[in-house]
Amino acid sequence: MVISAQELRHRYLRYDKSFPHVWCPGCGNGIVMGGLLRAISRLGLEKDEVVLASGIGCSGRMPTYLDFNTLHTTHGRALTFATGVKLAKPSLNVIAIMGDGDATAIGGNHLIHAARRNLNLTAIIINNSIYGMTGGQYSPTTPFGSISATSTYGHIEHAFSIAELVVTAGASFAARATVYHGELMSRLIEQAILKRGFAVVEVISNCHVQYGRKNKLGNAVDMLNGFKDNCVTVNRAAKMTAEELEGKTTIGVLTDREMPISTVEYQKVRERAKKEQE
Amino acid sequence: MFEQKTARQLLQGNEAIAHGALAAGCRLFAGYPITPASEISELLSVLLPGVDGTFIQMEDEIASIGAIIGASLAGVKSLTATSGPGFSLMMENLGFACVAEVPIVIVNVMRGGPSTGLPTSPSQGDVQMARWGTHGDHPVVVLAVSSVMDCFSITVTAFNIAEKYRVPVIILSDEVVAHTRECVSLPAQEDIKVIDRIKPSVPPEWYKPYAGDNRGVPSMVAFGDGYRHHVTGLIHDEKGYPTQNSREVDAFVRRLTRKITLGFHEIMMTQGYLLEDAEVAVIAYGSVSRSAKSAVEDARDHGVKAGLLQLITLFPFPRSQVVPLLKGCRAILVPEMNLGQISREVQRVNQTACRVVKYNRVDGQFITPSEIYEELIKM
Ligand SMILES: Cc1ncc(C[n+]2csc(CCOP(=O)(O)OP(=O)(O)O)c2C)c(N)n1
Ligand code: SF4
Repeated sequence: MVISAQELRHRYLRYDKSFPHVWCPGCGNGIVMGGLLRAISRLGLEKDEVVLASGIGCSGRMPTYLDFNTLHTTHGRALTFATGVKLAKPSLNVIAIMGDGDATAIGGNHLIHAARRNLNLTAIIINNSIYGMTGGQYSPTTPFGSISATSTYGHIEHAFSIAELVVTAGASFAARATVYHGELMSRLIEQAILKRGFAVVEVISNCHVQYGRKNKLGNAVDMLNGFKDNCVTVNRAAKMTAEELEGKTTIGVLTDREMPISTVEYQKVRERAKKEQE
Repeated sequence: MFEQKTARQLLQGNEAIAHGALAAGCRLFAGYPITPASEISELLSVLLPGVDGTFIQMEDEIASIGAIIGASLAGVKSLTATSGPGFSLMMENLGFACVAEVPIVIVNVMRGGPSTGLPTSPSQGDVQMARWGTHGDHPVVVLAVSSVMDCFSITVTAFNIAEKYRVPVIILSDEVVAHTRECVSLPAQEDIKVIDRIKPSVPPEWYKPYAGDNRGVPSMVAFGDGYRHHVTGLIHDEKGYPTQNSREVDAFVRRLTRKITLGFHEIMMTQGYLLEDAEVAVIAYGSVSRSAKSAVEDARDHGVKAGLLQLITLFPFPRSQVVPLLKGCRAILVPEMNLGQISREVQRVNQTACRVVKYNRVDGQFITPSEIYEELIKM
């Protein structure tokens, strides 16, 4: 069943919170929010059972507007708070929303350890290649050669590939989409929420205001079209050579594997402890 | 149901903190190994799973405090324990707990600093940091433990204050208290007073997660209880939503401090010893107060009318117990294993002619009774 945008707004936006939101017109954050809400709606999750935890950044403001249990933490730390919530109440669906700087610079250590630890958590990382909120300084995903507020002569460092990074760190599920591929993105988020284990969806997004403007990538629509032209699906990528893949973004599911989940394993620890303490 | 072992047993301070936490209803610990605090996490990693609690070793201390804030928001009383270097890393999220009014307890077993410092030596160097380490005007409660029994009972008290006032509580221990073994009989669980956060008495539609009651403390729900609300480190209105309205901001920041002021009568804890007729007194806390007690007895044996005020609460600073002493005594001695972090508080509240004398050691050595005695008889 397809839910209309109006129904979505009525069901999930906070009625007692004053709008407008803080985002610039055309920002990809809104598209991700819509994709997340459609995923939650399709899954039929109770609002009381959903916890949204975010860090600091433009992306981190998302939970403020949504009618769930929402937790706007400190910069980079969303996953640490989310870990505590999940351990305390494993029945809750805990979803962390982070920016690229949030998740891979200041919070990078938490991200790889969350992947390794494999709690049943969902992480959505909105990758706009820049620190949006603070005015467009380079982030760990700013491409080599790009212009930012702190790389006016061209960026000399190399970008992380977030989804690949978490695969290596041990995540149960890792996928990538862009804000152009809204339907795919929403489906991947749905899969990630359903996945038992640490599941990450990296969403390539547009910050036309900070990143796009400095790199002459046009307006929001131009940037979205750029994503369309530059993406190849995981299946197609598998048949392409490394040269052909140079500069391309692969989208789809990168890994989906079964691994022991730490809350489940910890239940076994409890049983063992009780037996030994008898 | 958790059963406390009440028979006499030999425990070290760190172990007693772990037992105190369980007795207070703590069911989650997140931490990162560090000397001289590690025994707390080691023991809790053994005991917590046995009471359906959770132990987790996080990737660092920033993550540890993040995890216990998250767990507390989901309704589980939570603890972390560390020492100076880890405590430094916790400062940002400590501020979050202050502003989002999340009850948590943090143990800092102090060791010599600054930086990596003296990992296995005692110190009291983190006192002012505990009070002012995180940025902005904020309330915290800082308690000091001096014995193994203290470690147990003050940990229970710390959780009770955290829950009742929705405030982070910091327990300052030191290497001496942490590793000294003493014979103690812990009270039975039914004799321990345990306080839990107050739940709202209104339905979800009426609930305001950041509206203080007559004590300035808002009621608290757990995530998943049906009272969906927003928690943020941004300054927020009574509903929890970010605000920059100067009237709301001012009211919020002042309420945070006022709720602690309104609780002074029970938060400020001290213990007096031979103070009735004292002409000179020692003000001490933590392990040093043990030395001070014995020095005071020696001084009395030699005809000096000496007394001791042991501070259990360091912050809010127990002005109402210290001021009468300053009025009644000729001189006050403040021995500390730092360069004078509490003596400056004593001087701050001193409006009299009373002489405040400092005695400080920062060489990683414990302050002995005879050192304090020597100072006392000079006064
Ligand atoms: C400890 C700390 N350091 C720095 C900041 C300032 N800061 C706020 S948002 C941000 C970067 C946000 O970039 P990103 O995570 O990519 O999210 P976006 O704004 O692009 O969504 C920074 C550095 C902060 N809030 N806290
Ligand atoms: S600055 Fe960039 S990321 Fe932030 S709201 Fe504007 S477009 Fe979006």
